[in-house]
Amino acid sequence: MARVTPETVARVATLARLSLTEDERRLFTRQLDEVLAYAESLAALDAEAVEEAALPPAGESLREDEPRAGIEAERAIEAAPDAADGLFRVPRVLPG
Amino acid sequence: MTGSGALGAAAIARRVRSGALRAEDVARAALKVIAEAEPRIEAFLCVLEERALEKARAVDASVAAGRDPGPLAGVPVALKDVLALEGVPTTCGSRMLEGYRPLFTATAVARLEGAGAVIVGKTNMDEFAMGSSTENSAFKKTRNPWDPTRVPGGSSGGSAAAVAAGVVPLALGTDTGGSIRQPAALCGVVGLKPTYGRVSRYGLVAFASSFDQIGPLARSVEDAALAATVMAGRDPLDSTSALEPVPDLAKALGGDVAGLRVGVPRAFLGTGVEAGALAAFEDALGTLAGLGVEIVDVSLPTLPHAIATYYLVATAEASSNLARFDGVRYGLRARGARDLASLYGDTRDLGFGPEVKRRILLGTFALSAGYYDAYYARAQRARALVRRDFARAFAACDAVATPTSPTPAFKLGEKADDPLQMYLADIFTVPANLAGLPGLSVPCGFSGGLPVGLQLVGRAFDEATLLRMGHAYEQATPHHEAWPPAAA
Repeated sequence: MARVTPETVARVATLARLSLTEDERRLFTRQLDEVLAYAESLAALDAEAVEEAALPPAGESLREDEPRAGIEAERAIEAAPDAADGLFRVPRVLPG
Repeated sequence: MTGSGALGAAAIARRVRSGALRAEDVARAALKVIAEAEPRIEAFLCVLEERALEKARAVDASVAAGRDPGPLAGVPVALKDVLALEGVPTTCGSRMLEGYRPLFTATAVARLEGAGAVIVGKTNMDEFAMGSSTENSAFKKTRNPWDPTRVPGGSSGGSAAAVAAGVVPLALGTDTGGSIRQPAALCGVVGLKPTYGRVSRYGLVAFASSFDQIGPLARSVEDAALAATVMAGRDPLDSTSALEPVPDLAKALGGDVAGLRVGVPRAFLGTGVEAGALAAFEDALGTLAGLGVEIVDVSLPTLPHAIATYYLVATAEASSNLARFDGVRYGLRARGARDLASLYGDTRDLGFGPEVKRRILLGTFALSAGYYDAYYARAQRARALVRRDFARAFAACDAVATPTSPTPAFKLGEKADDPLQMYLADIFTVPANLAGLPGLSVPCGFSGGLPVGLQLVGRAFDEATLLRMGHAYEQATPHHEAWPPAAA
């Protein structure tokens, strides 16, 4: 199994939308490598014959899809770090 | 003891309902004791003085008007800060949610308040419930009331410490891999993780959605049963909440336990359990046998793989759940981002602490192309094997017993730099979460002056048997009567 390299951590951090410092990347490379080395023990388990677990069963879960009032948009943006005109404001997405 | 913890939830509710005790006086006393104990314990992230007094007065008004305020009338309750309470800061122990006030209340909390409980504050926790010591909180270090140089356990460490110190009789925690039971054991109190689906997760900030459950921490099994009964049951706002009928769990207590069978996975206890904790566990088995409980050997062959399984599946779910913290809709936003991608990346780097980042990275890795089959899929199959182990064990027993934690409370800072060592401390608690089963920790003695816990894991939706057994054990032993030096 491939061991964890700083490049692996950088790639995974991009997927997870985490900007990491150089120090963090070094630390997490070592720590993830240790944890994944420990998890290698699962390869010894004879588990091919069983299905992957799904959510533990919790009975009939669906209700009727009936329209009803939710939280109003005005209130929903109250907690936003930056909002204007009832909308969330973010940095420019398209150049121009 | 001056705190309301000394009286207990059931006794407080009885007296408030009968008019012998005023809820407002109980709340005032609790608030005073919190203020006194807080410099020693640091269990709370916020105290809701005005709100608590207002709710308490409403309970008293109900009693005065001849209405029944409910089975938790006037009982002061502390909430782990991962549970939403409308208009009240809910931080999850994270800078990411500093100042965030939810627009809704968790169903479990609403049900407690509906039963007359008085929420007095919100407690410290490992950031986003990720940790076993509460040291991962972005805000403070909670101390174990039995020894302030030691951790209270985690992630519900603030709730466990508050109950142990006697400042509240009841607190809520959440348990994804042991986060109710382990701090309960390390602080010498009772902790119940209900069956997955038993208590609605609506309003619980998600860590790992197929594991998370809300449950009570209390000084007695009776109080835990009382709270669990109030919180349990179907909620249309959580599709994974179960339709199973909810018995009155407090009424299940006091019955005969003779003839019940407890399974012990001997092979699994062989190494790594501290001598004092193991001795207390063996004593507990002896006490149960003395009550007529039959002790049998069971085999749970997949358990040595439980930690690896848990830390792959739970982190995978966490990596998905925590994607919502993006600096756009609520919570923290990093300043000066050039574009949307750096807004996300910088906000998440600034807002999350190291353990949360570690778990997001681990989970993202386990789910990523090229690694999914070798890690996530394999772990999900191992999870199915853990479930099968338990199903087979329950053919021979009614509950599986182990120590709750392999050691008593460790020193603050002792494991902070070694994530794998911290993870391994969850060895006895994660199996119940992997299998979705209920687990109860009850105090079972001391090792070197520090409390240790007996864990009982039961069949799905059979909390009643666990609580009955735990109650019988509790009544046969003096452990639950002991108070820590730092008690209020």
